[in-house]
Amino acid sequence: MTAPVAPAPAVEFRALSKRFGRLTALDAVDVRVATGRVTALVGPNGAGKSTLIKCLLGLVRPDGGQILLDGAALDGGWEYRRGIGYMPQAPRFPDNLTGREVVEMLRDLRRGLAPADVELLEWFAESGALDRPVRVLSGGTRQKLNAAIAFLFQPRLLILDEPTAGLDPVASGTLKDKIRRVRDDGVTVLLSSHLMAELEELAEDLIFLVDGAVRYAGPLAGLKERTGEAGLERAMAAVLKRGHA
Amino acid sequence: MRTTTRVLKYELHNVRRSRAVLVYTVLLFLLTDVLFRFGGDGARVVISLLNVVLLLVPLVSVVFGTMYVYGAREFTELLLAQPVGRGSLFTGLYLGLALPLAGAFLAGIGIPFLIHARPAPALWGPLAMLLTAGLLLTLVFTAVAMLLAIRFDDRAKGLGGAILIWLACAVLYDGVILLVITMFRQYPLERPVLALTLLNPIDLGRVLLLLQFDTAALMGYTGAVFERFFGTSAGRVTVLGVLLVQATVPLLLANRVFRRKDF
Repeated sequence: MTAPVAPAPAVEFRALSKRFGRLTALDAVDVRVATGRVTALVGPNGAGKSTLIKCLLGLVRPDGGQILLDGAALDGGWEYRRGIGYMPQAPRFPDNLTGREVVEMLRDLRRGLAPADVELLEWFAESGALDRPVRVLSGGTRQKLNAAIAFLFQPRLLILDEPTAGLDPVASGTLKDKIRRVRDDGVTVLLSSHLMAELEELAEDLIFLVDGAVRYAGPLAGLKERTGEAGLERAMAAVLKRGHA
Repeated sequence: MRTTTRVLKYELHNVRRSRAVLVYTVLLFLLTDVLFRFGGDGARVVISLLNVVLLLVPLVSVVFGTMYVYGAREFTELLLAQPVGRGSLFTGLYLGLALPLAGAFLAGIGIPFLIHARPAPALWGPLAMLLTAGLLLTLVFTAVAMLLAIRFDDRAKGLGGAILIWLACAVLYDGVILLVITMFRQYPLERPVLALTLLNPIDLGRVLLLLQFDTAALMGYTGAVFERFFGTSAGRVTVLGVLLVQATVPLLLANRVFRRKDF
C-alpha cells in the first residue's frame, strides 16, 4: 500500500500572533488544517482556541503573521467568508425576531449564492419553533437553529465551536451524523470541543494549543501513539505534564 | 450599500417590536395629548414640551441606544462571521437604532398636533423647530451611545458613561456655565458663553426653541446677544450645522473603533 497523498491544506496559519494587552493569546502559531478532514482544536481554557477561530473569521485582527485559505492570504476583505459556515458557542439572536426571520435575513445577506442545504433547518422546524421569537426558545432549540444556519449555505469550511453543547443525546447524534456526512462530501471541518468522546468519535486530526502555542498538530491517533495512552484525555494530560508531545 | 439595507431591514424589525420603543412612543403621545387637553393652545404645548424634548429625548436615546448595542453584541458577531463588510454592518446597526427612535419621537409628538391643532399655521414654525431639535438630539445621543457601547466591552462602564454624559449635558453643564459667569462677572462674557453654549447639544436645542418665541427678550443683554446671533437665519443654520457635527463626530469615532475592534 502506498502512502496516501497529503491533501492540500484548506487553512494555513503562519506565525500568527495576537496579544491582548499583556496577555499573549497566540504566540507565532504555525499550523495547517487539512482539506476534507475533521480537525479538532483542543487545549485548556484560555489556550487561544477561540482567538484562533476568531482570527480565521476576521472577528479578531492578528498582530502578526498570516492566514492562508486554499493558498490565498486573507487581506482584510470579507468575500472569503462566503465559503465559511460558523457555529459560535452559545449564540444569541435578536430577541424579537423569529427563527424564520433570522434565517431569511442571513439568506438575504448571501443572496445569489449556492443553493441552500435545508436538512438541519427542517430538523429545527420540526420542533415547531420556526415562527416563535428566538427569545422564548430553549437553549437546545436555539443551538439547533445555530447549527441549521452554519450548514445552510453549503460551506466548504465549517467552524464549529462546542457544537453539541445544550443538545440532548438524540439531537447531538443527529448533528454528529451530519458533520460526518458533509466531511465525506469534502467539507473541511474545524471543531472545538471539551467533550473528548465527541472528538474521538469525529476528529481525524488534532491541534493541541497550550498558552497560545501549538503543542501538537497531526493525526489524532499519532498523539495517542506518542504518549502511549489509549484515551485522548489521558494523552493530552500526558503532553501537558511532559511539556511536549 | 445593499448589505446595509438588508441588515437594516431586520434591525428595524427587531427594534420596532421591542417594548421600550413602543412605550416611548405612547408616553410622548399621551403627554402631548394631555397637554393639549389641559393647556389648550398649541404654542403653550410647544413650550411645555420643550423640557421633555430637551431632557427625555437625549436620555432615552443614549440609554436605550447603549443597551441596544450591547444586546445586539452576539448577533453582531454572528453577522461579522458572514460575508459582510464591517462598514455596512455598522451603518445598518446605527440606522436600525436611530430611525425607530426618531420615528417614535416624530409620531409621539406629531400625531397629537395633527389631531388637536391642525388649522394653525402660526404653529408650524415652532412645531417644526421642536421636531427638528428632537430629531437632531436623537441622532446626537444615539451616536454617542454607539461610541460608548462599541468602545467599552464592559456593560456597566458603557451604561454608566451614557448616564454620566446625559447628566453632564442636561444638568452639570449649565452649572459650570453659571459658575464661569459668577467667577468672571467683571468681564464681558457674552461671547465666551455663546461659545460654551455651542458645545452642548441640549443647550443648542434649548436656544433654538426659545428663540422661536419672544422669551429671549427676558434674558436681558445676553439675550440680546443671543438673539442677534441665533435669531438670524445664518445663526439658526449654524446651530443646526453644529448639531449635525455633534452627531457625526461620535459616529465617525464609533465607526473607526468598530472597524478595528476585536470581537
